[in-house]
Amino acid sequence: MDALLHLVIFLPLAGALLVWLGPSRPGVSRTLAALVSGVVLVLSLLLFVNFNRTAGGFQYETYLLWIPAIGANYHVAVDGISLPLVILNALLTFLAVLVSWNLTLRPKEYFALVLVLETAVAGVFTSLDFFLFFLFWDLELAPMFLLIGIWGGPNRNYAAMKFLIYTVLGGAFLLLGILVLYFRAGIGNFDMLALSAVNYDLPFQIVAFLLLAVAFAVKIPIFPFHTWLPDAHVEAPTAISVLLAGVLLKMGGYGLLRLCVSVLPGAAVFLAGALATLAVINIIYGALVALSQRDLKKIIANSSVSHMGFVVLGISAMTQVGFEGAVLQMFTHGTITGLLFMMVGLVYDRTHTRDVWAMGGLATQIPKIATVFVVAGLASLGLPGLSGFVAEFLVFVGAFSGQTGVVLTVLGTLGILLSAGYVLWLLERVFYGPMSDQWRSLTDATRLEMATVGTLVALIVLVGVYPNILLDVIANSVAPIYDRVAPLVAQMAT
Amino acid sequence: MATELTLLAPELVLCLGAFLVILLDLAMPGGRSRRPLLYFSLFVVIVAGGLAVGLLSQPGRPIFSGLVYFDHFGTFFHLIFLTSTGLVLLSSTLYADRLRRWEAEYYALLLLGTVGLMLLSSAGEFITVFLALELSSLANAFLVCWSKRSLKATEGALKYFIISVLSSALLLYGIALLYGLTGQTSLAAIGTALRGGASPALMLALAMLVAGFGFKISAVPFQMWTPDVYEGAPTTITAYLSVASKAAGFAVALRVFLLAFGSTQETWMAVFAALAILTMTVGNLLALVQSNIKRMLAYSSIAQAGYALVGVVAATQQGVAAVMFFLLAYTFTQLGAFLAVVSDVEFAPDDTIEGYSGLHFRAPLLAATLAISLLSLAGLPPFGGFFSKLYLFLAAINRPELLGGPLYALVLIGVLNSAVSLYYYAKIIRQMYLVPAPSDKPVAIPRAHALALALCVLGIFVLGPFAGLFINGAQAAAAAMVR
Repeated sequence: MDALLHLVIFLPLAGALLVWLGPSRPGVSRTLAALVSGVVLVLSLLLFVNFNRTAGGFQYETYLLWIPAIGANYHVAVDGISLPLVILNALLTFLAVLVSWNLTLRPKEYFALVLVLETAVAGVFTSLDFFLFFLFWDLELAPMFLLIGIWGGPNRNYAAMKFLIYTVLGGAFLLLGILVLYFRAGIGNFDMLALSAVNYDLPFQIVAFLLLAVAFAVKIPIFPFHTWLPDAHVEAPTAISVLLAGVLLKMGGYGLLRLCVSVLPGAAVFLAGALATLAVINIIYGALVALSQRDLKKIIANSSVSHMGFVVLGISAMTQVGFEGAVLQMFTHGTITGLLFMMVGLVYDRTHTRDVWAMGGLATQIPKIATVFVVAGLASLGLPGLSGFVAEFLVFVGAFSGQTGVVLTVLGTLGILLSAGYVLWLLERVFYGPMSDQWRSLTDATRLEMATVGTLVALIVLVGVYPNILLDVIANSVAPIYDRVAPLVAQMAT
Repeated sequence: MATELTLLAPELVLCLGAFLVILLDLAMPGGRSRRPLLYFSLFVVIVAGGLAVGLLSQPGRPIFSGLVYFDHFGTFFHLIFLTSTGLVLLSSTLYADRLRRWEAEYYALLLLGTVGLMLLSSAGEFITVFLALELSSLANAFLVCWSKRSLKATEGALKYFIISVLSSALLLYGIALLYGLTGQTSLAAIGTALRGGASPALMLALAMLVAGFGFKISAVPFQMWTPDVYEGAPTTITAYLSVASKAAGFAVALRVFLLAFGSTQETWMAVFAALAILTMTVGNLLALVQSNIKRMLAYSSIAQAGYALVGVVAATQQGVAAVMFFLLAYTFTQLGAFLAVVSDVEFAPDDTIEGYSGLHFRAPLLAATLAISLLSLAGLPPFGGFFSKLYLFLAAINRPELLGGPLYALVLIGVLNSAVSLYYYAKIIRQMYLVPAPSDKPVAIPRAHALALALCVLGIFVLGPFAGLFINGAQAAAAAMVR
């Protein structure tokens, strides 16, 4: 059974090699990529089905000696925090392949890189060894750089370089943080579980926490490290935007919870207030910027900044419910924002513009796309019954009773109001009102496109109506982290 | 137990091969292609490598009354030199076809120069060090001006020659001083004689030696010749200089400073630390502003030497092993980069980075090789360059209190430098992948050259995830070097 996890991690890499060695015909490359990512999706669903929901903890664990001279080992496993993200990764990669179905520019390299990206992200979510974690973390860099740089929009060169510089600097801090931990612990290995069992003094914890957090702040992204994201999103092709918003940003949130909070609980509690403040800035600032944009992709990209703020807010609460909300928010944000980017892509493919002022009244011409877009928009603004609501509700409940404090929590809820503003305004501008004649010839979504976006809609509704399908798994695995944090919170209070 | 002469079999085979190449050249009729000589030289290198591996089972010991050491430390470096020579030979066809002159001399000098490097890395006393250094430097000076009609090549060769003579003179002066102090030329004997402590004359001698070896590894401030020579020389020779010759410099520096000056470690540690910081930083900063790819790689190779110097400062068993492993990974990485650049005579004869525009569209495999090598040079995982650099930094931090404790500052500077370096490596990658090509004409690569590039990439990948195996080997070999 443990082999399942290795396959989920490494099958895409093997698939990438296969695609790359295969003939350079769009039909072959995309079919191979769809096949491989489809199999990976099935395998990761099997992981979920066979996951022991009551036991919790790390499952499918493998521990192999790798580089003894350094103390780096191959240690992988999944728990309730990483499992939803692993599934999300597999699902969105599969959908991203489908979204790119009509790609003609160098399909072989494109699909190979997408599959490499899948391995990198899956590796990040499953590594329990800091060294391995860092390796997968950096493996993501090159494919993403090329995917934006080669298949991106007119300003791709700039966006790709900016992405590269931010990510590399973040990675350097991550490595520094990992090394600092490694040497302070002095146990001669990089094992995450072993390193989190060590007691570090508070000043050291804060230094290490900050070093690690820089890397994650770039990825999430947290203000003021966020400026690469809108550029990258605007230039990236649709499928890559989906992956970027859907799974790559989650690496940051996951890292913050798994590495920063669970390994360095003292610093986490100490810095909770600062984290909460940054989260609220993210939420409000992102929303305000989204309100002021007229480029569809920029609106969604900035809403993404705002919504990732909820993840940080949930973590900053340092409560069980807050952590649950943060993890669930990562999953739902992946599905909702992924869907939104797909919808933007569908609209753009037809209108060849992303300027909301140029559109209007499209609902009569492309009703299917309009319907799904509206559903996605409503999910994004937190309509009850859809998954976004559950996650944000949990985050606020957790934050209210936790370290975040009443004032910041209330400020954070402003984000919901603002997101209602930009989402409704966007939908109104694009789909309602009078339609200009130039859009008369637009055709509605094809069957493949509907199937692709329909999958995500179904998932959003499913988690919205029955959140426990993920929530009890998440709760089980968040509990140990909360148990580490709780006594420190109590200590702070006295 | 093999006789002492048998232990030198790899070197002897190379010498013999070099002379045979010259003789065969005389026997071959004029206008004929000298390609068979290339393959013969390659064969000689492989045989020498095979012999070196075969002799691994022999116990390490000083031979010829201590003139030369036979040990795994030396063999490790011999294999690095032979690998680079082999890969350089494989990649020489492009130049050979263009120049069509003095081919035999080129192969013979390459083989002889390699003998010099091998002896340099196993030298047991200073006269051997000096002779081996001269042998390799002379061969190199000729190789640099292989295309002697080229003004740049001639300039480079002249610079190389003058600077190498100067540094040899300094080295010799240092050796003379040491002889005056101790009455010895053997490294081990000097080590014993110097137990007493440091004196001003010893300081002077050390400074001379540092300058002499600093030239070979192009450490700042002894790096001035590097960019000009690297730019002017045929790129194959540039690759050879930046890898084999540099690795030999490290080998001899490690051996000399650990064996002869082990007892006065604290006196030279600070000097090497300063050299490391300067070399890393200056190399990287100057690389940032280059528009010629060979000059950029020259500065980058200076920066890489700076990282390796961090391991020399550590001077523990782990530190020495880290330098060895770093140089091994560097061999494949740097060769991958320079040997890819060799083929730019086809599309960017003046070596400008601009000439690499859209290379991916014209020669995808060549671009991929260069990109992977550059990423490995930048120290990105999962390539060999990352593991070797990480192990180096770990060794620097693991330095025991007895030797002065962890080298936090050096490591921090190293990490920051690595981050900076990515910028100029990425610049080339961007040029190859993101900028449109001036023409769609595909760039053809000779088959032998492609094989060399493939081997480099293979090495870069193998030294990544499978680093453990090689690190263990390096650690065992380093054990004999450190007390």
